[in-house]
Amino acid sequence: MALPKVLSRSEDTRKQRTQLIKKTQEGLKVGPNQRSAETTPVVRYRGVKKSFGEVEVLKGIDLDIMPGEKVAVIGPSGSGKTTLARLLMTLERPSGGIIEVEGEPLYHKRVGEGLVPADERHIARVRSKIGMVFQHFNLFPHRTVLQNVTEAPIHVKKMPRRLAEEKARAMLEKVGLIEHIDKYPGQLSGGQKQRVAIARALVMEPKIMLFDEPTSALDPELVGEVLAVIKEIAEKGDMAMMLITHEMQFAREVADRVLFTDGGKIVEQGTPEEIFEHPKSERLQAFLARFRNGFGGGSQ
Amino acid sequence: MTSLETLISLLPTLMKGLVVTLEVFLLGSVVAAVLAFIAGLMRLSKFRIVRFLAAFYVEFFRGTSLLIQLFWIFYVLPFFGLDLSALTAGVLALGLNYGAYGSEVVRSAILSVPRGQTEAAIALNMSPVLRFRRIILPQAWPLMIPPFGNLFIELLKGTSLVSLITLSDLTFQAMSLRTTVSKLEIPIFALLLIIYFVIAYAVTLVMRALEKKATVGRA
Ligand SMILES: Nc1ncnc2c1ncn2[C@@H]1O[C@H](COP(=O)(O)OP(=O)(O)O)[C@@H](O)[C@H]1O
Ligand SMILES: [Mg+2]
Repeated sequence: MALPKVLSRSEDTRKQRTQLIKKTQEGLKVGPNQRSAETTPVVRYRGVKKSFGEVEVLKGIDLDIMPGEKVAVIGPSGSGKTTLARLLMTLERPSGGIIEVEGEPLYHKRVGEGLVPADERHIARVRSKIGMVFQHFNLFPHRTVLQNVTEAPIHVKKMPRRLAEEKARAMLEKVGLIEHIDKYPGQLSGGQKQRVAIARALVMEPKIMLFDEPTSALDPELVGEVLAVIKEIAEKGDMAMMLITHEMQFAREVADRVLFTDGGKIVEQGTPEEIFEHPKSERLQAFLARFRNGFGGGSQ
Repeated sequence: MTSLETLISLLPTLMKGLVVTLEVFLLGSVVAAVLAFIAGLMRLSKFRIVRFLAAFYVEFFRGTSLLIQLFWIFYVLPFFGLDLSALTAGVLALGLNYGAYGSEVVRSAILSVPRGQTEAAIALNMSPVLRFRRIILPQAWPLMIPPFGNLFIELLKGTSLVSLITLSDLTFQAMSLRTTVSKLEIPIFALLLIIYFVIAYAVTLVMRALEKKATVGRA
C-alpha cells in the first residue's frame, strides 16, 4: 500500500474542505444568505435529548454537520455515541429537541410557525437522505451479496433491476468485492461483510452516512481493509459522514472535526489537531491517556 | 381366498372414508395455517387491543379440548342461529384449534429474526410492509416449517374425531365395517394404520421439500 501518498492526499483535501466548511459556518452567522443551500447544514441537532426510562443518556445535544463534512465521534463506552446516530437514523425517537435534515425537521412538520409531530410518510421521505453502517453489519443472510445491495434500490427506489445491478456492481467493485457478488453473507469474512454493508448503504446515495464503530466487531487483521474503504469514500465523496470510532489514528486522518462525548453531552470538539494534540477538558485528556496506554477498547 | 375377496370388496367403503378424511385434513390445514398467521401477527401488533384479542383466541382454543369445540360448533351454535354443515363444522373446529397452536409457531419464528435485520431495513428506508415481506418473513419462514409439519400431522390425527359430528371419515368407515363384517378386524385395522401413516409421511416429505426450498443457498 502506498500509504504516505494516500495520507498526503487526504491531508490536502481535508484542509480544503475544512476551509470550505469554516466559510459556510461563518456564512451561517452572517445572515443574508442564511437560508441558501450552501449554508444549510445537512444535519442539525437542537437541544436533542434521549431518555431510556429514568435514565437520560443524551442531555441536550446541539450539533451542526455541514454538507460533505466528516465528523468523527469519540468517547467512552456508554457516553451516548450510538444513541446519537440511532436518533438520526430513526431507530430511536428523541425524548426532546429537534433534528433537522437539510433544514427540514425529521420528526416534525412545519405548520405555520409551529411544529407538529410528523407522520410516517414524512419521516420516510426525510430518512431517505440518511444511511447507516452498523457495528454488526446486519446483512440480509437470505440474499446474495449482489441482492443485498440491489434490494433497496429496486424495492424502495423502484429502480429498474438492470440499472440497480449495474450500480451495485460498480459499488461492489469500489469496495473490492466484485468476485464475491454471488456468495451469501455466511460465506464471507467479517471484513468482507462490512464492505458489503458499506456498498449497500452507499448505493442509496445518502446525504450523510453514519458509521457506528464499523470495525469494532472485526478480528484485528481485518480492520485495515474496512478502514481503507471508508477512507477512500471519505476522500472521494461529497457525502457527509458521522464516524463513531475507537480508531484514533483513523479519526485523525479522515475527520474534518472530532467530537468528544461523555455522559450524554458533547464535551469538546475541534479539528483533529485540537482534539488530539491540545485537548482542553480533563475528561478528554484522561480518555486519550487511557488510549495511549492501550486500554482503549470497549465496543458498546 | 374368500376373505381376501371380502377385504377387496370393502375397499370402496374405506376409500369413501379416506376421501372425507383427506378433505377435512386439507381444508382444516389451510384454515389452521391462515389463522396461525393472522393470530401470530396480531400478537406482535403494537396495539394492545389487537394483541389481547389474539391472545384470548389462542388461550381459549388451547385451553379447551378439540372434542368439545367440535360439539359446540356443530350442536350448540345452531341454537344461536348458526347452522353449519358437518364438514364445515369439522374443518372450522380443526382449523381454529390448530391455528391457535400455529400462531405460537409464527410468532416465535418472527421474533427470532434478529432485531438488527429490521434496523438495517429501516436504514435502507424500507416500509414496514416491505420489511416484513422481503426481510423478516423469508428468514422466519424456514423456522416455521418443521413445527408446522408436526402440527399438520397432529391435525391429521385429530380428523378422526369428526365422526362424532356425523362425518363418515376413514376411521368411522373402518369401525362400521368391523361390526358388519366378522373376522376381518386385523386386516382392516392394519390397513387403517398404513393409510394414516402414508398420509403423515407424505406431509413430512412435503414439509422437508419446502424447507429445502426455503433455505436454498444459505450458508
Ligand atoms: N435500548 C436501550 N434501553 C436502555 N438503555 C439503553 C438503550 N440503549 C442504550 N442505552 C444506554 O444508554 C447509554 C448510552 O448508550 P450508547 O448510545 O450505546 O453509548 P455508546 O455508543 O457511546 O457506548 C448506555 O448507558 C446504555 O446502557
Ligand atoms: Mg456504541
